[in-house]
Amino acid sequence: MSDRKDISRRNFLKRIGAGTVAVSAATLPGCDSRRNPVSGESVTALPDIPKDRMTYRTNPTTGDKVSLLGYGCMRWPTIEGGSAREGESNIDQDMVNRLVDTAIEHGVNYFDTSPAYCKGFSERATGIALKRHPRDSYFIATKLSNFAPSTWSREASIGMYRNSLKELQTDYIDYMLLHAIGMGTDGMREFESRYMDNGILDFLLKEREAGRIRNLGFSYHGDIKVFDYLLSRHDEYKWDFVQIQLNYLDWHHAKEINPRNTDAEYLYGELEKRGIPAIIMEPLLGGRLSNLHDHVVSRLKQAEPERSVASWAFRFAGTWPGVLTVLSGMTYMEHLEDNLRSFCPLKPLTEEENKFLFDTADLMMQYPTIPCNDCKYCMPCPYGLDIPGILLHYNKCVNEGNVPDSHDGEEYRRARRAFLVDYDRSVPKLRQANHCIGCGQCAPHCPQAIDIPAELHRIDGFVERLKQQQA
Amino acid sequence: MLKKIRQTLAVIFLALITLLFLDFTGTVHAWFGWMAKIQFLPAVLALNLGVVAGLVVLTLILGRVYCSVICPLGVMQDVFARFGRMARKNRYSYSPAKNALRILMLALMAVALIAGIGSVVALLAPYSAYGRIVQSLLSPLWMWGDNLLASWAERSGSYAFYSVDIWLKSVGTLAVAATTFVILGVLAWRNGRTYCNTVCPVGTILGVLSKYSLFRPVIDTSKCNGCGLCARNCKSACIDSRNHRIDYSRCVSCMDCIDKCHKGAIAYTLRRSDKTTDKQPEESPAGSGADSSRRQFMVAAAAISASAAVKAQEKTVDGGLAVIADKKVPERKTRIVPPGAVGLRNFSSHCTACQLCVTVCPNQVLRPSSDMLTFMQPESSYERGYCRPECVKCSEVCPAGAIRPISVAEKSSVQIGHAVWVKANCVPLTDGVECGNCARHCPVGAITMVPSEKGREDSLKIPVVNAERCIGCGACENLCPSRPFSAIYVEGHENHRVI
Repeated sequence: MSDRKDISRRNFLKRIGAGTVAVSAATLPGCDSRRNPVSGESVTALPDIPKDRMTYRTNPTTGDKVSLLGYGCMRWPTIEGGSAREGESNIDQDMVNRLVDTAIEHGVNYFDTSPAYCKGFSERATGIALKRHPRDSYFIATKLSNFAPSTWSREASIGMYRNSLKELQTDYIDYMLLHAIGMGTDGMREFESRYMDNGILDFLLKEREAGRIRNLGFSYHGDIKVFDYLLSRHDEYKWDFVQIQLNYLDWHHAKEINPRNTDAEYLYGELEKRGIPAIIMEPLLGGRLSNLHDHVVSRLKQAEPERSVASWAFRFAGTWPGVLTVLSGMTYMEHLEDNLRSFCPLKPLTEEENKFLFDTADLMMQYPTIPCNDCKYCMPCPYGLDIPGILLHYNKCVNEGNVPDSHDGEEYRRARRAFLVDYDRSVPKLRQANHCIGCGQCAPHCPQAIDIPAELHRIDGFVERLKQQQA
Repeated sequence: MLKKIRQTLAVIFLALITLLFLDFTGTVHAWFGWMAKIQFLPAVLALNLGVVAGLVVLTLILGRVYCSVICPLGVMQDVFARFGRMARKNRYSYSPAKNALRILMLALMAVALIAGIGSVVALLAPYSAYGRIVQSLLSPLWMWGDNLLASWAERSGSYAFYSVDIWLKSVGTLAVAATTFVILGVLAWRNGRTYCNTVCPVGTILGVLSKYSLFRPVIDTSKCNGCGLCARNCKSACIDSRNHRIDYSRCVSCMDCIDKCHKGAIAYTLRRSDKTTDKQPEESPAGSGADSSRRQFMVAAAAISASAAVKAQEKTVDGGLAVIADKKVPERKTRIVPPGAVGLRNFSSHCTACQLCVTVCPNQVLRPSSDMLTFMQPESSYERGYCRPECVKCSEVCPAGAIRPISVAEKSSVQIGHAVWVKANCVPLTDGVECGNCARHCPVGAITMVPSEKGREDSLKIPVVNAERCIGCGACENLCPSRPFSAIYVEGHENHRVI
């Protein structure tokens, strides 16, 4: 570890385990075990997480009491130890069961999955784990993920919905979503092909009447026109909830990160105006808000030395009163525990803390990272590239100051070696950016609308310069 | 005392030369690269007259110390011989010189050199035989050890070590190296320097010189009691103790006999009678290369997965990695040798196939040839990497003048081959997607993307190669998405041109 303050949360926790996290994890108001300097008892910064302190929000239409921390089932662990969207390894069902048990035990009752997640195996794994608990003790959310044109027909889409029920081993869905509306090169056109022309929206509305769907909503990325259009027809469709991307960076800076996105302030405001509960995705920007530049980390740590960097992002999302639940894709038990500490119960941000986070966001915008959230919607690349692997390596090097701009001196040599050696470690040579042919098949899948080929070619050009300029 | 000095120097030389063949980073070479360049045969081939003269003078003064200190293959045999003597003491005995065999081998070598039959030269050259043994047998272990360190470094967040690919570069060369190692090991264990005094052409040439060396071990008949201990411990089998004679053409000046003699009857002293005769070996490297076209399929252990693996498929779920099929070696009409080689003839007539360049090539381009005429001599191929513009490592290390030193700037203007487009494999035409990865990575801008349909500017673009500008580095071939055979590959040039 020593000099490289590696705060890639996932890797960090994976490597070091819970032991070191003790220092960074939050302590809770009310159960403070630190204040016994005289008694000489062993002091732990990691007290047990209380099982009855979860913060809940009430769904105004159905009266569901939903835990403010929701479980995102997009990143289930694999037997090899990584997240299930990487490599060829299968989901570690035993671990999934343990995670689900621990979550439910501490009051988490919202589980969000999709037929597309984890190479298509998320629903099954989630279903198996949840089946071991009473059906009325949790809410299942899944989506109609008919992205591929071959699934746009009415039959194929309904088939996908029925398959979800089968995989999840249930006869009703608590929260059903139109998945990622606004995506694609023409967001409106694609939305119509997926849900309107084939009558699928009508079908889902009927399913809601029949009670097999208890809440109907949609998740939104990309073209704001589709978001506005669907809200303008709220009186007709009666959306029970809407899932949006919200975090302290996207609140004001969404447009700067990516011109196709819309500030979370606007999205949330539109929902609150209509009294539609918001479900929050990407509260951590796929881990990017726990994996920050060293300067930003020390700033957050100074303000709250005993809380994790990630806890700030969760508290930010949870503080808004119109939020029903905040989703987090927790691969490891340590993620889950750290998040439970943030929500059992939630300590809302004060005005001052909110301001502090917005200032931090302004500061973060100065570091040129690529807004990849490692969602892997772009994968698999037909030519074998590990797209998120490349982008995340680049971001990591930006955050660690290993993207040198000068061409000589000791510092250049060090940063060059760190970048190149780590590149080969993070991404196999055959899956690196120089193999991107620019076919562009990935780009429409990116919810953050990153121009992936352009970024990969830029990184490739940078790597090429590093290799040629040996200093 | 003399023996101790010899042993110490020999161990230092052996260790450092071995390291030269192991160190894939090329760092050791900056310091001890000269150890490869003072090897006799490579120096002769490189027309490195200073070194040759120096070695001749050294032999004329001290005898064949070259064979027992500088030559790594000789010292390696001494190591085996030492084990042999530990197993059974006093195991050697005098035998007469097999001069007919020695002259035959020397003649064979000379013919092979003149005729440019690189494979025979490579087989007989002692230094190169040692290089192959280390490169083929020891270097995989070394790299494996490095990878172990690299994995530890990775875990502790250090960049001190990076891992490297271990791959079988040539089955034939591995087999030759292993056979050489076993045969020499057994011979040395049983009889000491048999190879050096029968087969080795360098040993024969230096033997002629050492006959007239200034210093030599001499038996003092007044002290000698004829016990024969010296003869039974002479690994060159050159002490005829009965007649108190030593065959100086075979003596490698190891000084073992001096230490062994209880009576102190053997001393390493100045010769008295006749004066030194000057006999320069004439070794002409000029050869008439015999290399025209060749078709060969390298027996690379390539996993043969379906070529359809990379065809674009509809994406329905998130995540996962597409299978990538290994690249296969295309059928090249003319083989490729690295910049600095000047041409195929120069290359094959100088190269002794020591594998030093193969060791330092960081891009997995160089590997020993499997062709009969150039067997074990390195050649370039681009399935695993390409000849990167910033690298001139092979030209820095070559001791034999097969790859002459060039600068990075010079390299960018040396045409070692040219790229050829294979329409049937080109991804825009087969998969119907935009590509241009070859053009994007060409370091000299020799590839332009043009519309695939005449007159239709918006049709998918295909590459066209300006062969005049192409330097044959293989960036296009290596980075071409088409697998297992690239849609663009490099044909070598018999003579490299400067553009």
